[in-house]
Amino acid sequence: MEAVGLTPVLVVSTALFTLGVIGVLTRKNALIVFMSVELMLNGVNLAFVGFSRQTGSMDGHVFAIFVMAVAAAEAAVGLALVILLFRNRLTVQLDDLDRMGG
Amino acid sequence: MTESVLFYLFSLLAVVSGASVILQRSTIASALSLVVCFFALAADYVMLDAHFVAVVQVLVYAGAIMVLFIFVIMLLNIREPGATPVGTLSNRGIIGLMAAALLGVALIAGLDGLVHTPVTAINVDLQGGQPAYGTIAAMGEELFRGNYLLPFEAVSLLLTVSMVGAVVLAKREV
Repeated sequence: MEAVGLTPVLVVSTALFTLGVIGVLTRKNALIVFMSVELMLNGVNLAFVGFSRQTGSMDGHVFAIFVMAVAAAEAAVGLALVILLFRNRLTVQLDDLDRMGG
Repeated sequence: MTESVLFYLFSLLAVVSGASVILQRSTIASALSLVVCFFALAADYVMLDAHFVAVVQVLVYAGAIMVLFIFVIMLLNIREPGATPVGTLSNRGIIGLMAAALLGVALIAGLDGLVHTPVTAINVDLQGGQPAYGTIAAMGEELFRGNYLLPFEAVSLLLTVSMVGAVVLAKREV
């Protein structure tokens, strides 16, 4: 069985991360920006797993699990913020949220 | 051989559905594309011998996090004000796209040095009673008996804090 090399893993990881950055920078919907952040986190996770396989140690897997846990925490708080935002302003379009304070 | 081919197939699926996430007009379509992307990545993890990470990817990401996303999308029931076609970007959008493309080029350029790194074979077999690479046993060994016990407990605290925080934020009257 031929193993998958490191380079294709990193190329896919880079592609996912860049797609996430594009989403964060160009989309206006807060929820889609959120999903783009998740996409970036997944790109990084793939790189962690790829490097872990290259070095033969489990450390990268542990990091990937931690990233997932932090992503879950971030999603919970972030979506609560989106709900709060929608309740106060009736919009999740980031362009409409240009005032600080109440 | 099969491993490589499947890896490329699922990687292609992951990238295409990832692009679909940021190109879709409707939020729910984006969310469902993201679910496809997560499943494809879980398959990629299996091809990379990361079995436990693959399981957690499906359970936590494609399961828990995406259910949360779709729940919020359905709850808010957002009407896109005149959904903008993908072709028309604002000035800010064009600048953002250029900045992101630049970052992508920089990252790919950074990969250049790694391209010629030889692929080392992974010792998946048992060696001296050590659990096999990528299995739940090896992960548990690493998490509970290795160097990661304190970070593991810290993450559990983080999850508790975020859960309380989410309830406090989204509740109408505290």
